[in-house]
Amino acid sequence: MSVKPAGAYEQPKTFSFTAENQAWAEKVISKYPKGRQQSAVIPLLDQAQRQAGGWLPRAAMAMIAEMLGMQMIRVYEVATFYTMFNLEPVGRHLVQVCTTTPCWLRGSDEVLSACKSRLGIDVDQTTADGMFSLMEAECLGACVNAPMMQINDDFFEDLDAAATVKVLDALARGETPPNGSQSGRQNSAPAGGRLTLLEPVGES
Amino acid sequence: MLADKDRIFTNLYGQHDWRLNGARKRGDWAGTKEFLAQGPEWIVEQIKASGLRGRGGAGFPTGLKWSFMPKQSDGRPSYLVVNADESEPGTCKDRDIIRHDPHKLIEGCLIAGFAMRAVAAYIYIRGEFIRERQQLQAAIDEAYAAGLVGKNACGSGYDFEVILHHGAGAYICGEETALLESLEGKKGQPRMKPPFPANVGLYGCPTTVNNVESIAVAPTILRRGAAWFSGLGRQGNAGTKIFCISGHVNNPCNVEEELGIPLRELIDKYAGGVRGGWDNLLAVIPGGSSVPMLPKATCDTVLMDFDSLKAEKSGLGTAAVIVMDKSTDLIKAIARLSRFYKHESCGQCTPCREGTGWMWRVMERLVTGQAEPSEIDMLLEVTYQVEGHTICALGDAAAWPIQGLIRHFRPVIEQRIADYKTSRGAPSRRPEAAE
Repeated sequence: MSVKPAGAYEQPKTFSFTAENQAWAEKVISKYPKGRQQSAVIPLLDQAQRQAGGWLPRAAMAMIAEMLGMQMIRVYEVATFYTMFNLEPVGRHLVQVCTTTPCWLRGSDEVLSACKSRLGIDVDQTTADGMFSLMEAECLGACVNAPMMQINDDFFEDLDAAATVKVLDALARGETPPNGSQSGRQNSAPAGGRLTLLEPVGES
Repeated sequence: MLADKDRIFTNLYGQHDWRLNGARKRGDWAGTKEFLAQGPEWIVEQIKASGLRGRGGAGFPTGLKWSFMPKQSDGRPSYLVVNADESEPGTCKDRDIIRHDPHKLIEGCLIAGFAMRAVAAYIYIRGEFIRERQQLQAAIDEAYAAGLVGKNACGSGYDFEVILHHGAGAYICGEETALLESLEGKKGQPRMKPPFPANVGLYGCPTTVNNVESIAVAPTILRRGAAWFSGLGRQGNAGTKIFCISGHVNNPCNVEEELGIPLRELIDKYAGGVRGGWDNLLAVIPGGSSVPMLPKATCDTVLMDFDSLKAEKSGLGTAAVIVMDKSTDLIKAIARLSRFYKHESCGQCTPCREGTGWMWRVMERLVTGQAEPSEIDMLLEVTYQVEGHTICALGDAAAWPIQGLIRHFRPVIEQRIADYKTSRGAPSRRPEAAE
């Protein structure tokens, strides 16, 4: 089990969605049958986390509980159960290195230590300038492109120490490095090019 | 070798346009209305005749599963739920379907949903697949705009909604009843069965939960014919399958091949062989992290299908092939999986909540050899105490990799323990529990 308790740091007193997010939230709620608005709790928490800069203040949970007609404890249960909800502030770039066996076999130790030395922090820490947080993640589902890391919304795949540092350097400079394979191969196709699907299918 | 013309996922690598126009050029959404016009029973019969078995791991016959849904509504709507919570370590096939062939999935939702008289499909995608989610939503929006789903889908007179929902990081939500709990806005903790989802599923309504790949192959099966699909693969293990080949191979990749392809051929032909050559192979986990590993001797000849792998006390699972060469510390590889299961246990059932942590802690000591030889059997005994004693299969999944390790590589563990004792020159001590 992994349950993350809310830590001791300053919680904002109030939280409310921006007008844009409020409209978005109402649209999401409408996707579910009448009376089943609780289904929207994960998407709404996710959006609140984005608005709050990558973490989920308790005031946001309370607001969502109110919006969905849920007990606060039910929202809190959800927020603590799912690993993507951060209950304390994180850096602008949340670096999550997958270290589960398929990535480990391909060198995730090297990727993780490259992150630690480039960022000067350990796992579950944030750089002093608030730019980066580092976490270990369980299998992120890109195993044939291992080792890999997720940074915010993007996957960076086929990594080694040098490629890892290159991505982090680019982010530190405020750039947007290309996501996906860092070795330049085509998604999940073997390195060196496709061995199947070589015949044209309806289009070139 | 499977011919390109018999491959279903023709945009597996994203080499073509994934949007509606590109998908149509590859044959998607052709004749969908005519399939629906043949009626739900006809579709279910075709899927049954094709021999399609569920692609999410359990291998249950898909057509039969669909036939469990009520033919007459008792006032409750029926739902199709698509399990896109792909999280089994080693597995990354649904991701490719979602981002590169999303219209196969959406068309499959309509066909499967119609066949089970469902009013809507909810696609539950894992939270971390954010770009994939955006892409799938864009494809769904295109399908709505083109009248392919929604009111009067494909001009069939049938109304069918396709709704994309996402999780937020929890392996357990790949278990179908945990997924339903999560979709209802709760912690993802599995439900007791019975009642089965076909009777009481999402929102208390009849529901069928299918894997992405099972749903996405359905349109092509109808288009090419059940006989075409059942003619591929082996008896009882029909059709094609996306294999994910990871670990110590020269060129890790995804590839669609026939079920029943020899494991060695799969690795040699598509993944560039084992690093250092076939003789450098130590073991393979053939179906995602939950299934027991196979030693090289078995890998030499085993076929990649449900029944062949079951006969070797392993399983096809999600067809995620994790290759480990002779440089691998197998104990460490499995200990890392034990840590995964400990992290992902939902905490509901005591044998799993306590057992996964206990097994992991013992596994970590076995990595260094800081244990007594008798603890190997004690660990094995605990795996049997967890297996089969929990609401869902996560407990089993945590037990099986350890059982596979001990079954095939007990001498390696014993050697590690002996080496540790030698290095410490320590006197033998009494067995201790993990705490």
